[in-house]
Amino acid sequence: MSNTSFVRNEMLPPAPPPVSQTGLVKWLRENLFAGPLNSALTVLGLGAAIWLIQAAAPWLLHSVWVADSQNECRAIVQERWGPDATGACWAIIRARWHQFLFGFYPMEEYWRLFVTFAGLLLAILPVLATSLPRKLLWGSVLYPLVAFWLLWGGSVWGPILTLAGFGLWAAVFLALQVRLGVVVAAGVGLIVAAVFWIYGVDPIETGLQSVLPFALPEVDSDQFGGFLLALVIGATAIVISLPLGILLALGRQSDMLIVKSLSVGFIEFIRGVPLITLLFTASLLLQYFLPSDTKFDLILRVVILVTFFSAAYIAEVIRGGLAALPRGQYEAADALGLDYWQAQRLIIMPQALKISIPGIVSTFIGLFKDTTLVAFVGLMDPLKGISTAVRADINWKGIYWEPYIFVAVIFFIFNFSMSRYSMYLERKLKRDHR
Amino acid sequence: MSEPNTQAARAQMQVSDEVAIQISNMNKWYGQFHVLRDINLTVQRGERIVIAGPSGSGKSTMIRCINRLEEHQAGKIIVDGIELTSDLKNIDKVRSEVGMVFQHFNLFPHLTILENLTLAPIWVRKVPKREAEETAMYFLEKVKIPEQANKYPGQLSGGQQQRVAIARSLCMKPRIMLFDEPTSALDPEMIKEVLDTMIELAEEGMTMLCVTHEMGFAQAVANRVIFMADGQIVEQNNPHDFFNNPQSERTKQFLSQILGH
Repeated sequence: MSNTSFVRNEMLPPAPPPVSQTGLVKWLRENLFAGPLNSALTVLGLGAAIWLIQAAAPWLLHSVWVADSQNECRAIVQERWGPDATGACWAIIRARWHQFLFGFYPMEEYWRLFVTFAGLLLAILPVLATSLPRKLLWGSVLYPLVAFWLLWGGSVWGPILTLAGFGLWAAVFLALQVRLGVVVAAGVGLIVAAVFWIYGVDPIETGLQSVLPFALPEVDSDQFGGFLLALVIGATAIVISLPLGILLALGRQSDMLIVKSLSVGFIEFIRGVPLITLLFTASLLLQYFLPSDTKFDLILRVVILVTFFSAAYIAEVIRGGLAALPRGQYEAADALGLDYWQAQRLIIMPQALKISIPGIVSTFIGLFKDTTLVAFVGLMDPLKGISTAVRADINWKGIYWEPYIFVAVIFFIFNFSMSRYSMYLERKLKRDHR
Repeated sequence: MSEPNTQAARAQMQVSDEVAIQISNMNKWYGQFHVLRDINLTVQRGERIVIAGPSGSGKSTMIRCINRLEEHQAGKIIVDGIELTSDLKNIDKVRSEVGMVFQHFNLFPHLTILENLTLAPIWVRKVPKREAEETAMYFLEKVKIPEQANKYPGQLSGGQQQRVAIARSLCMKPRIMLFDEPTSALDPEMIKEVLDTMIELAEEGMTMLCVTHEMGFAQAVANRVIFMADGQIVEQNNPHDFFNNPQSERTKQFLSQILGH
């Protein structure tokens, strides 16, 4: 009946798709008005956005940048925009930005902060960008001591002798590693170095200083504040807590009962206690455990406990990464004759850390924001410490929003950069699938 | 031994009197479960042994004891003259002399193929990088995939990955190779390329212990087939007699099942 054979004599030219399937119309339909619920939510969301902008826009648009006090700000706003107008008073930031950034660090020494910050950028560059020559990493390793000297000042011999202590540690480790094994050799080295740091550094420093005096003016820890303080605590804790967290995660998996119990105990104790408790411990209790004449700075004590705090979290994040690795990876490394530390360094950690990147960076971001909690032990964090100090000035007494927004924006820049970098790193290291 | 076929005869000739592996009265338990019971096995240098048996019979566990991925609780294992005890140095020494190929390849996914091959020679054998890379390329040629050297394992097919795994073991210049079901995770068309590589290795006189279900491979290259069940060695013989004239009931039953279809 029907003829099934068919021959096309004329080829069809390509035609555009129907209007409802392309461009703006398609996009609107798919994303904003896909159904009654979706449409309702779109309208509601739009309404909320408009309401927010309406509330905030005049305040932002009426911003005042130059004024000497909050009252002057108000007067300017009312003069320009009418008696009921409100406006942001950014003049406070203009007047006090340096306190938000540097606390009460002496102004004539600001150049040291700029050098330190520039150095920080240079030091993290080879860590972040793996395409740079690996030898630059030695600079990154030495940077903390240089930064310490620049920030706190004092004799140059202090940091150099501290470095010598690390050298001593390394020498003892290398000498004993083969005979005693990695863990014991590192422990003995640490004890030797600690004895040197506690009893050796001070007399030698005084001696060298009298022969070759080379020093920067000393800056006291209570002059530190604002983002300088947040960065000093945050960056140090981040740098030290990662290796410490790795060791704790490995310790938790160890077959050695004592190492395992110590790791588990440490992690669970630190995670079980609020950070503020640890900070109080740092400011009040730690003093009692140490010889009374040790000069043990409050910032240093806080850094140590913040580091412990984040290391415990990092350890658990990395344990998650370790658990995600198939047993076969361990077996293949073993079967090739790699020893424990080689297997960890070359096979296990590169993969476990890669899996843990989002968790690690989350912990770091949390840690950086938690540095504001040092306000509770009397340090000048940017959010509460400095804001309160600034408001203590009669001219800026009632000003709340502007300092908080300023501080929030700077925190956001740091944290958003960390988040973006972690995403970049994840993409770069993605190798399992093409 | 009645008329071994020619391949087995050729294989026989390469076997030396030197003992490569000596396992005596070895026992192993998982908790209360007695997985390996009184294993006695002597492997001559150059010998090629295929270990067969139903799953759960302990055949993988046994060869994993030879490089101490599993620990035995009683008896003795001597590999290349070194007794396996809890002494870590001995274990690492044995492991660097014994290559192992796994069912799931276990390549390192974060390293390129070339890095997978050079890692152990550089870090364990302390071979200079250049030399390790030359050796690696030699063995990649041998397993016929030199062009994949700079790719990552995830970009290769299963058969290619397993050949890389074999090459990775060979880069350590091992004196003994252990294969733990090397073709069980592969698609049928990829099994052949891996078996060909193994046959080539066998022809060069490598001492091999191979847990496999590939009975064709056993007949072609093995000079001894060991049948295990319930954690024990039930029967061992040359392949010709093993397949044509099995002695124990358990072996007959097993062979009828795997050769019957």
